[in-house]
Amino acid sequence: MWYFVSPQIVFGEGALDALDELQGRRALVVTDAALVQLGLVDRVKAHLDKAGIEMHVFDAVEPDPSVQTVRQGAQAAQEYGPDWIIGLGGGSPMDAAKAVWVLYERPDLQPAEINPFIPLGLRQKARLITVPTTSGTGAEVTWAIVLTDAIEQRKMGLGNRENAADIAIVDPVMAAGMPPRLTADTGLDALTHAVEGYTCTWHTDVTDGLCASAARLILQYLPRAVADGSDMIARERMHNAATCAGLGFGNAMASMAHAMGHVLGAVFHVPHGRAVSICLPYTIEFAARQAPERFAELASLLGCSPPPAPPIGGEKGGAEAALALAGYICDLCRQIGNPTSIAALGIERAAYEAQLDKLVEDAFNDTQMVTAARVPSFDELRQLFLYVYEGRPVDF
Amino acid sequence: MALEFPSDEWIKELSRQLNNSESYEKSARDWEGDFIFVVEPDQAYQGTAYLFLGLFHGKSPDAAILSSEGERPAEFVIRAPFGAWRQVIEGKLDPIQGMMTRKLKLQGNMMKIMRYPKAAKEIVDCCALVPTDFGN
Repeated sequence: MWYFVSPQIVFGEGALDALDELQGRRALVVTDAALVQLGLVDRVKAHLDKAGIEMHVFDAVEPDPSVQTVRQGAQAAQEYGPDWIIGLGGGSPMDAAKAVWVLYERPDLQPAEINPFIPLGLRQKARLITVPTTSGTGAEVTWAIVLTDAIEQRKMGLGNRENAADIAIVDPVMAAGMPPRLTADTGLDALTHAVEGYTCTWHTDVTDGLCASAARLILQYLPRAVADGSDMIARERMHNAATCAGLGFGNAMASMAHAMGHVLGAVFHVPHGRAVSICLPYTIEFAARQAPERFAELASLLGCSPPPAPPIGGEKGGAEAALALAGYICDLCRQIGNPTSIAALGIERAAYEAQLDKLVEDAFNDTQMVTAARVPSFDELRQLFLYVYEGRPVDF
Repeated sequence: MALEFPSDEWIKELSRQLNNSESYEKSARDWEGDFIFVVEPDQAYQGTAYLFLGLFHGKSPDAAILSSEGERPAEFVIRAPFGAWRQVIEGKLDPIQGMMTRKLKLQGNMMKIMRYPKAAKEIVDCCALVPTDFGN
């Protein structure tokens, strides 16, 4: 048995209008200062005004939100007493909103105690709405909460099925203002979710279709969205694809690229989508040598495996097809101007090697690592981190 | 020769496998905390068994079957019916998913375990190396 968790999703052009019908008294918007300046909070306020709901804003969320920040947000919630919490933004504000909500409802908990094994008893004081402004992390539909322990420089994978949002509003107008680099980074994050959700050992029949569909949409529409941000067809397709990928991997799991990407983000502050998508082709190459089947199957579904295409669901999908998928993803990164190695990020080798022990240790013990199709040994992971730095094809 | 599960011989062999595993040693090198695995009755197994597994800094100093849960202190207790344990040992039930679906019930600090997911996986991988007789 397993679970499939999803909020009510309102999607497509005009989805934000759903806020006009919201019942309630007070909403606390959890976001970052940049989105306030961009006017996106005002868009939400206009709809809340129509619904007769007061609004207060907590805009102190930073990229890779910290435990300290969510405690401040929870304090703001305690003081304001909202019956709706709205996470508005990319993954950071939305994850922060989930944590703020949990701590508002359960002030007895420490952030690190938000785990999937205990009942939280939420929805006594408020409910949660998520509004993504990137396409995207999928955080609008997942129950995962990623916080950063700033002292240990370590990302913490937290969350509970109860803290999935009640409503996710997936309106492409909220992502239409993304500049090309952000469009590329967040789009590649969504692609990594889709690929890892399909290929991890926790994949399910219920999530496979979402992951495959999301990957197909992203491969088709991400280059368009990066090239022309005013292409609203591409924007809408990407926004929907990111939500599909979020539902897919959020109800399956991410995998090795995320385990490696998390530590790159925590230590070198590489933007999440950029970090995981750099690692993804190398993790596919690593898996292809011993466990290519799911990658080959996905390559066949996406039409990027070399002929003859392996049978879908066949016993041995073929390393060639898996490697073709890795190459396809690298080509996409290059097409949209994203780096394909860590060296290309401008991180000096000496600085990288000085942190290598920590990178390996933390990635090794990331919860996403254990769902990899081929789990590396400690030494193999170390070697993999070096190959990803150099941009070297994986040959072990 | 296959070892009966659950039994003193079985848990001691698991302990031996862990001590031979470089991968486990690396993933658990600063782990401290012993386990008791409680095998509860179901249709395939009558009775209740208590398997103690000592774990310290990447090694398993000792292991034994106990006559009762209280015979030795342990930081963690995991309870499950015989059938669920069989699924874990045979690789059909991921132990983390098992705990998330309450098929395996954990008593102890879950967040501490969640900081060592690789070590948890290595323990299950070592279980698979123990030739096991489940009695049917």
